[in-house]
Amino acid sequence: MNWIRTLGRYTLTGLQQLGRYGLFLFTTLIWTFSSPLKVGRVIEQMSFIGVKSTLIVMLTGAFTGMVLGLQGFYALSKFGGESMLGPTVALSLVREIGPVISALMITGRAGSALTSEIGIMRITEQIDALEVMALNPYRYLVIPNVVAAVLSFPLLGAMFDVLGIWGGYVVGVKLLGLSSGTYFGEMTVYLSSKDVFHGIYKSLSFGLIVAWICCYKGFTTEFGAKGVSKATTQAVVICSVLILVWDYFITSVSF
Amino acid sequence: MIEIKNLYKNFNGTPVLKGINLNVPNGGLLALIGRSGIGKSVLLKHVVGLIKPDQGTVLINGVDINDLRGKQLVEIRKQFGFLFQGGALFDSFTVYDNVSFPLREKTKLRESQIRERVLHELEHMGLKNDGHKYPAELSGGMRKRAALARALAMDPSIMLFDEPTTGLDPIIGQTILDYIQQCHQRLKFTGIIVTHEVTKVFNIVQQIAMIHSGEIIAQGSPEGIQAQHNPIFDQFVRGDTTGPVQYI
Repeated sequence: MNWIRTLGRYTLTGLQQLGRYGLFLFTTLIWTFSSPLKVGRVIEQMSFIGVKSTLIVMLTGAFTGMVLGLQGFYALSKFGGESMLGPTVALSLVREIGPVISALMITGRAGSALTSEIGIMRITEQIDALEVMALNPYRYLVIPNVVAAVLSFPLLGAMFDVLGIWGGYVVGVKLLGLSSGTYFGEMTVYLSSKDVFHGIYKSLSFGLIVAWICCYKGFTTEFGAKGVSKATTQAVVICSVLILVWDYFITSVSF
Repeated sequence: MIEIKNLYKNFNGTPVLKGINLNVPNGGLLALIGRSGIGKSVLLKHVVGLIKPDQGTVLINGVDINDLRGKQLVEIRKQFGFLFQGGALFDSFTVYDNVSFPLREKTKLRESQIRERVLHELEHMGLKNDGHKYPAELSGGMRKRAALARALAMDPSIMLFDEPTTGLDPIIGQTILDYIQQCHQRLKFTGIIVTHEVTKVFNIVQQIAMIHSGEIIAQGSPEGIQAQHNPIFDQFVRGDTTGPVQYI
């Protein structure tokens, strides 16, 4: 009967954890819409999450597009469909790869830093100090990050898409000899505004997920430096898995 | 007035506080002593509502802080100043910004008035020329003084000091205690000082309470508590390694 007890304990702990994640998100959303926004902090965090992630997003975007160009050309040439390279690259990037890979890259660069920064504030009692000063830590630490992430992710995702399409162009047109008109012409036929909005919605939701999980893990950090490192690792792993799981759901709903 | 009634707290099944009762009258200053890790800081955090008790009440001017939520909690916390053990200065702010932060956020003072107030506090703490430094650039003593300046900047009516002199050299430690005494005389705040420097606080507090095994085992005025000849208190004050309590 021990295994039933163990299973029950794990189930209860898991449900408690889920409840805490949910409560944190709920509180964050309530405060976001009911208290004045710290605009200065939002701009600061947009610079940290957004501007400082630009280079890494542009680099990964360009090379992902180039790989898509190569692989796409190889696959399409099997049945003489090279002319469809432009739409293939663009649709893959705009609907799927752009939002997902840019979100994963920002999680690694900015999400981990968010968790460790808030975690260190937690273990050094800086968050307690805010509370004792009768200041709401959500307003100062969580909401600016959530707003900054929700605004930055779609912009970075768009940047990823543009650089990716350019990368596909370099490979398809400049290296493999496809005509520039075919590459872009077919793209304008098959890529619709619906696809673009689909990518934007994904990026918006990924921004919320990353800021939510990373802030929560930082807020609940315990036990010194080891606790910060554990929280940071968990935040990155949970965000990465959630991004992929949520991506499947949102794609299947709008398919 | 701070009234702690029948306070109990467990952490992961380990009892830390077991029915604590304490009263600090308005304008009174109480020193809370006891060995390290016994729950003094935990008790202090209950007073300001950072930790919720398993049982018991913490009344601040007759209101149970654990019953308060939202704006009511914010209002009562405006009365508090808290000096954390490690200072809890915001590491991304300079010393000047740390001290001015609560004034900027919680008052309608003009920037020139804030500047005047902050410089006054920093001067008192001997940090007049260190306002531009970040906490990481400060020594332990300077960090504690900066934190004290921040805690006192809002002229609190209740002040909680968590080991204000721990880790400091005796002169700086005494300077800080003198400053706490001056501020107490000026602001007439109600306060609790968690400390190990028992003899040094005799002159500045009206009451001393000793916590041991989760309970208050001795309490009274500095003269009264010494007259009680509680063996655990006496051993602690003398720093004896032998006595009723085995420390190691």
